[in-house]
Formats: sequence, structure tokens, C-alpha cells
Amino acid sequence: METHASAQPDQRKTIRLRILRGTGERTSSPHYDTFEVPREEGMVVLNAVHYIQSHLDPSLSIRWNCKAGRCGSCSAEINGRPQLMCKTRVDSIEGEITIEPMQAFPRLKDLVTDVTANWKVAATIPPFTPKANAGDIYTFYQADVDRSREFRRCIECFLCMDVCHVIREHEADYMGPRWVVKAASLDMHPMDGLNRSKFMKDAGGLGYCNITKCCQEICPEHIVITDDAIIPEKERVVDRHYDPILWVYRRLKGGATAGETK
Amino acid sequence: MWAPQQEKESVEVNDRSYDERVCDVLIIGAGGAGLRAAIESHDRGAKTLVVCKSLLGKAHTVMAEGGIAAALGNVDPKDSWEVHFSDTIVEGQHLSNWRIVEIFAKEAIERVYELERYGAVFDRTPAGKISQRPFGAHTYRRLCNIGDRTGLELIRTLQDQVVARGVPFMDEVMTTCLFRDPKTGRAAGALGIDIKTGKLLLFRARAIIIATGGSGRVYQVTSNSYESTGDGIGMAYRAGAELMDMEMIQFHPTGMIYPPGVRGMLVTEAVRGEGGILTNSEGERFMSKYDPKRMELSARDVVARSIYTEIMAGRGSKGGGVYLDISHKGADHIKKKLPSMYDQFLAFADIDITKDKMEVAPTVHYQMGGIRVDPETAESSVKGLYAAGEVASGLHGANRLGGNSLSDILVFGKRAGDAAAKSATAVDLPSVDSKEVEKEISRVLSPFSSTGSANPFHIKEEIASNMWAHVGIVRNAVDLEAGLVEIERLRKDAKGLKAVGPRAYNQSWTDSLQVLDMLLICEAMIRSALERKESRGAHTRSDFPAKDPKWLVNIITVQEDGKMVRRTVPVSTPPQELQRLIKEDD
Ligand SMILES: Cc1cc2nc3c(=O)[nH]c(=O)nc-3n(C[C@H](O)[C@H](O)[C@H](O)COP(=O)(O)OP(=O)(O)OC[C@H]3O[C@@H](n4cnc5c(N)ncnc54)[C@H](O)[C@@H]3O)c2cc1C
Ligand code: SF4
Ligand code: SF4
Ligand code: FES
Repeated sequence: METHASAQPDQRKTIRLRILRGTGERTSSPHYDTFEVPREEGMVVLNAVHYIQSHLDPSLSIRWNCKAGRCGSCSAEINGRPQLMCKTRVDSIEGEITIEPMQAFPRLKDLVTDVTANWKVAATIPPFTPKANAGDIYTFYQADVDRSREFRRCIECFLCMDVCHVIREHEADYMGPRWVVKAASLDMHPMDGLNRSKFMKDAGGLGYCNITKCCQEICPEHIVITDDAIIPEKERVVDRHYDPILWVYRRLKGGATAGETK
Repeated sequence: MWAPQQEKESVEVNDRSYDERVCDVLIIGAGGAGLRAAIESHDRGAKTLVVCKSLLGKAHTVMAEGGIAAALGNVDPKDSWEVHFSDTIVEGQHLSNWRIVEIFAKEAIERVYELERYGAVFDRTPAGKISQRPFGAHTYRRLCNIGDRTGLELIRTLQDQVVARGVPFMDEVMTTCLFRDPKTGRAAGALGIDIKTGKLLLFRARAIIIATGGSGRVYQVTSNSYESTGDGIGMAYRAGAELMDMEMIQFHPTGMIYPPGVRGMLVTEAVRGEGGILTNSEGERFMSKYDPKRMELSARDVVARSIYTEIMAGRGSKGGGVYLDISHKGADHIKKKLPSMYDQFLAFADIDITKDKMEVAPTVHYQMGGIRVDPETAESSVKGLYAAGEVASGLHGANRLGGNSLSDILVFGKRAGDAAAKSATAVDLPSVDSKEVEKEISRVLSPFSSTGSANPFHIKEEIASNMWAHVGIVRNAVDLEAGLVEIERLRKDAKGLKAVGPRAYNQSWTDSLQVLDMLLICEAMIRSALERKESRGAHTRSDFPAKDPKWLVNIITVQEDGKMVRRTVPVSTPPQELQRLIKEDD
């Protein structure tokens, strides 16, 4: 282990970070490096990692882009919990901070993993397919928008995939929570004419999910993945007209309906 | 689907070999402009390949918040493309190309409806139409929006279309250089780095579209993504293409200032669109002094300068900005209309904007200038080389209106895709000079063999603080000259740029190459800013404070015999029937 630090650091002034290094190449063996970084008010983990690149070790690899919690690039495991580095405040963590790459995906280098397998899965999901009578300029209502909005917030950080034990065990047949959310976002689209639940069950391996709800606990966009996407997708196979949100909406509005169930 | 770790072969750091990829249309960049171009080019039957530096779906476009401007007239039926045309020309301080603005204002409407048919879900009016919100200096309520997540919806929708069509793409590929056919001068190819593995790639194409976005990262305080380093402008310039309006940098009036780690992060204009109020340390609603009619919803250059003036006059907030308050709108409204802003302030600054004021100050946001293009086809001055989106110039003139960029990238992304596909079918595959390829490979690999020890992350920081200090909201010759001297000094430092570690995902390498183009871009920005001896739109000179009709010209920057040269061309006047549409406010 390499330490880029003075002997007696003051924890109020500095933060100690342990970072898992390595390339996944034959010649590389993973190891932890420790860095001591000056503490700044309100700083996030990504700030600390940037400090390392710029002042201590330019060979450290990280993936990031927006630095605002919007793009879903900077996913990593921070003290064992899958999180966005740019949205995790340093002052929310006591003591040393350990950062490791997502474990569900093959490692490229240091904190960067190869998530490209996701695009292959994405390509298999039946895309948005407008209903026959949709017309050229759509008419639908805010209530329709609101019930699909939750699933459309996904920033594709793949943290839910990382935390899911089915994916971690490299179960080849389950698409994983992100892709159930995708299917739900399309199924909930007010003008979409398909129902993807059977597809998700057959081709998507939805049956592998045993509803542990780990994914919904860590989603940085607070998408209630298991309750709002996975369970309804599972149940929609049984009852094609089951739509919990519209159902609640109808009850609240005394029967007024803004769209039709598929 | 989910394979465990596989052992990969490593690439030697001095490995000069490359894989070759041939296509009809090469699209560099997968933001809104690149993806829309890809759809068009593919649908026209051209063999299309998209490459982008970040992961698919993570381009800078994903951050766009407030909305997309198009004169649908859903909320204000009086709105029309003609008014949108006039607003854009007037607020661009008459530097825009009228034909580009005309095409833009007309076609933006259909591009929004098309995006909806692609699957985007916009917020609605009570009648079930796409809803539209007010934004600075737009005469009517014109911004179609998806809460404050418009960019996410836009990019995801286009990305889904590209994936569903099976358009080939390669993400995390950074191109470094464009090649031209030695005989015809036509754009012929590009060299790229597959960032994931560190392998080199040679792309050959019949037409190339640059859609690489802006260069906000050359500034210290910016709302822009890591990837916004202006590579496309650098590559195009080095290939001989003309740049235009490089002095025109938009400072968004409201960026976060606290905590330091998030300084510059955008506070969307939608906060003011939804009724947010700006005050100074004396509690004064200061916009009443600068634009009593439009107040907080004045043009961005005006609001940014007003905030700057207040801070400079000692009436700034505790943190060195001004106050922005939306709390009077109530928690429900705020959480519904500005959910990301609510989250952002809570997560990063421990501020609940439904109760407390925000502190904000200007942040670098957008580059109005860029590659000079033909209005109809988006072709640059280099044959076969097209440019669309923030990397192109001509639409926004001296100041961009909020929401005009998202419609820009759709309108001209489509046009570029169309024109590139058509021209690609009409030409043979241009040839690439292998000597030039070898030369570029040597340049690209040089950071590995460098005997210096310059750290690219560090030099990037120095570039950014220099630009912030010397080429800011209010400029003058002395500062600009000092900025130029500093750029020259950094250029010397950059000779010692050193890449450390293996080739795979090596940011000390890719960032080193970005630094070189960033320095070029900074030089172009500063020299153009020195040249324009007047104040117009986003370009304010304290030594030339007035707007001067003599400067109704565009400043062109181009490389000639290895030197950066400039010339000015008068802005062409619109034909009578369009001239009549332009309604000056004052
Ligand atoms: C926070 C924020 C909010 C905004 N809100 C709005 C708004 O509400 N409305 C509005 O109209 N505008 C808004 N804008 C501006 C708007 O988002 C951008 O101008 C627009 O998205 C640019 O799109 P683009 O397609 O031109 O480029 P980008 O989205 O910047 O995409 C550039 C692409 O090029 C790739 N690339 C770059 N260099 C290379 C290289 N060397 N090799 C290969 N690929 C490369 C990148 O990886 C990326 O895929 C906002 C901007 C910000 C920062
Ligand atoms: S609920 Fe299902 S998808 Fe989510 S983590 Fe558990 S098994 Fe995986
Ligand atoms: S559902 Fe949530 S955790 Fe999963 S990829 Fe999307 S944003 Fe990330
Ligand atoms: S960098 Fe975009 S989410 Fe963290």
C-alpha cells in the first residue's frame, strides 16, 4: 500500500481516502492507495478525488461529467454503498472514506467500470410505439405526465444494477432494475400502444427478481424501483389493466380519467 | 448479459497501431445535435457512425433544465415564428445570421412536435397541449419543458431512437484530429482514441459532422460538463475551418456560489421564469434600476451585468453574490416546477429554497461563437465538414436566449444529418494521407514519452483561472493582453505535459491533448475580444463601453500558414419582408 500523506494528519483539516486501484488486465493486481486531501467546506467526494488527480496522482482514473448529479457517470461504492461521487458530501461520512468501483461490472481502470453491456440490453426492449390513433400532435393531460414522470427521471447511473444481487452474481438472464424501469416508463407513456410486461417476464427474466428492494433504497433519483416499476410489471402480466397510479388518481378525482389503460 | 471480469490484453504505451473504421457519415458528438443528426443521416440511408467522448446519454445536453423554445403558441396564441425570429435577432444584438435565425424559428416548432412523436413527455396545458413557460427576453411564454429536466428527456428520447434504429455508435471515443483529402481538400477522416482500452482508431468517412458542444470548461466558474473543452473547435480550426464570434461567451446570471466545490453550478433561469426575485444586500430589487420593464426576466447579458455591477459596488451578499428568492411561491409549486433546484440546494448547500433565499452569481454557460456554417446545410468552410449545435455559430449572435439552444440542436442537427447524408452518396471515399496520420499519431502519443512532468489537470485549472480573471464579464485591453501573455506562458508549460500510467482510461493522457486545444480556443477568444472595440451583448469592454454601429460585423478566425489570423465580415441584412418583422424594444 502506498500512502501519499504526512505522518500525523489532522482529521478536521484533511480527509483520508482509500481508493481501490487496478486495471483488470492480466498484469494488474488490485490494491488500495491511501491519500490525504485538504478538507473544504461542503465538499463532495468527487472534489476530493479531483484534488488527488491534480495534486497527488494524475494516473488515477475516474468517470465523471456533469458534477451536478445529473448525468449518472460518477457511480462508485463509497464505504460499501453504491452512490454518486458528485452527490455524496464528505461531511456526511465519519472517518476514512473508502472508494471502490461498482462490483457488478467489469473493471476498466481504478474506479471506472465497463457498463457497455447495458446498451445491448437496451436495444432489445421494444421502443416507444405510438397508438394507432395517436395523430401528429398529441393530446394528453398533466395527470398522464405525472404518472410516467417518476420512471423518466432515471439518469442511468446503474447503481441499482450494482446493488442487485442477481446482477452481481452475473445472472445472464435478468435484465436488471434499470431496464425494468425503462420498460415501465414506456408502458406508462400515455401514447404508447404496447404492453411490455410479458416481454419483461419472458425475455427480461423478471422472475429472477425476488423483491429485496435493495435497488429502490439506493436510487439517487428516488425512483421507487421495486414497488412502482418491478411489482406492477410483474402483476401486469396477470391483470393487464392493473395501473396503481391511475387507479389512485381515478379515486381522487371521482372517476375522471385522463387516459386509458392499456 | 452480465459477464464477469475478463482478463484483457493491455496496449503498450508506445503502440502506434490502429483499427480502421469506414462509414458514409461520421458524427463526432452525441449530445442533442449529434443524436438528431444520426437519426436523419441513418434514415436517409447513409451508413452512419456516431462517436462520443463520454458515455452514451451523458453528454452535456443531459443537464439542460429550463426548456426548449419554439413558437407553438399553446399558451400565448399570439406567438408565431415571426416573433421568435425577431426576439432572437434583437437579443443577439443583430450579430446573428438572419437566414439561420429564420430557418431556426420556423423549424423549431416541427422539431418539438417530432420529439414528442419520438416519445418525449412534455408538461401539459389544461387542454392537454404541450405547456410553455416564460423565459428571459422571450416576448411570449415559449419554453416547452419537462419540469426542470428538459435536457434529460431530450437526450434519452433521441438516444432511444438511435438505439432502436440500430445506428452504430462508439462511446468513450475521443477524436483528436481531422484529416482532409490531399487532392480535393474534402474532409476525409479523423483519428480517435478508444478511451476504454487506449487503442487508436482511424475513421474514414465521406462526410463528417462535428457536434462536440461548447468550451465552457476553459473558465473556472462554469455550469459546463467536464467534456465541454471545445475539442471540435480545435480540430476544425486545425483542419482549416473558419471560426466566428469567438469573443461571445454567455455568462449565465445565476450560478451557485456556495459551497466552493459546487461554485458555478447552474441555477436555472426557470427560477426567475416561475417568479424568482433578485435582491442585493440592501434588500433592494435592483433589476428595477437596469430594466424596469422586464425586471428579472430581462436578457441574460443584462441580468448578468446588473448582478456583476451590484457586487462590484459593494452591495453583494455575504458569500459574494446576490440573493435569489422563490420561497413566496410556496413549497408545493416549487417542488413541482423546480424539483431539481429544490434537490440541488438541499443536497449541496443545506438550503431549503421553499423557505430560504439562494445566493447566486454569474457563471460561464454557453459559447455563442464557434465553427462558421452555411445556413442551409450546416457545412463549414471545409467541404464535407459539417457542424451543428453549440459548436457552430451564427444563430445566437451576441447573446443567446434561454431555451434557444435545445431547439437549435434539433433544427440544425437534423439539417446537418440530411445534408451530410446527401453529399456522402455523391462522392467517392476521400483518401487520407498516411504521412499525416503517422504525424498525428506521434503527436497524440507524445505525452507518454515526454521528459517533462506537467500535470494536465493542474494546467487546466490554470487556464481556467486565467480566463476567469482576464476575460470575464467586463473586459478591457490591459486585462485581455495579460490573459494572452498567460496563455503563452501556459503553452510553454504544456510542452512538458506528461501522461502517466497505462493507455486504458488514462485521463492524464486524454486531458493533456485537450489542454492543447483549450489553449488555442482561449487565444482565439482573447484575440477576438481585443479586436471588438465596443460593447455588444455578452461582450462588454470597460474601455469601449458603447455599442458602435461600425461593429455590426462578425469576426472570423482562421489558420493561415500556421498562424491565427482574423478578418471581419459585415453582418448581412435580411430581406425587406423579414426586416419588417424585427421589433426593437426601445
Ligand atoms: C446546466 C445547463 C442547463 C442548460 N439549460 C438549457 C435550457 O434549459 N435550454 C436550452 O436551450 N439550453 C440549455 N443549456 C444549453 C444546452 O444544454 C447546450 O448548449 C446544448 O445541450 C449543447 O448540445 P450539443 O449537442 O451541441 O453538445 P453537447 O450536448 O455538449 O454534446 C457534445 C458531444 O460531443 C462529444 N465530444 C466532445 N468532444 C469530443 C471529442 N474530442 N471526441 C468525441 N466526442 C466528443 C461529447 O462527448 C458529447 O457527446 C443548458 C446548459 C447547461 C450547462
Ligand atoms: S428488488 Fe429485484 S431488482 Fe431490486 S435489488 Fe432486489 S432482486 Fe434486484
Ligand atoms: S433507476 Fe435509479 S439507480 Fe437505477 S439507473 Fe436509474 S437513476 Fe440509477
Ligand atoms: S458527474 Fe454526473 S452524476 Fe456525478
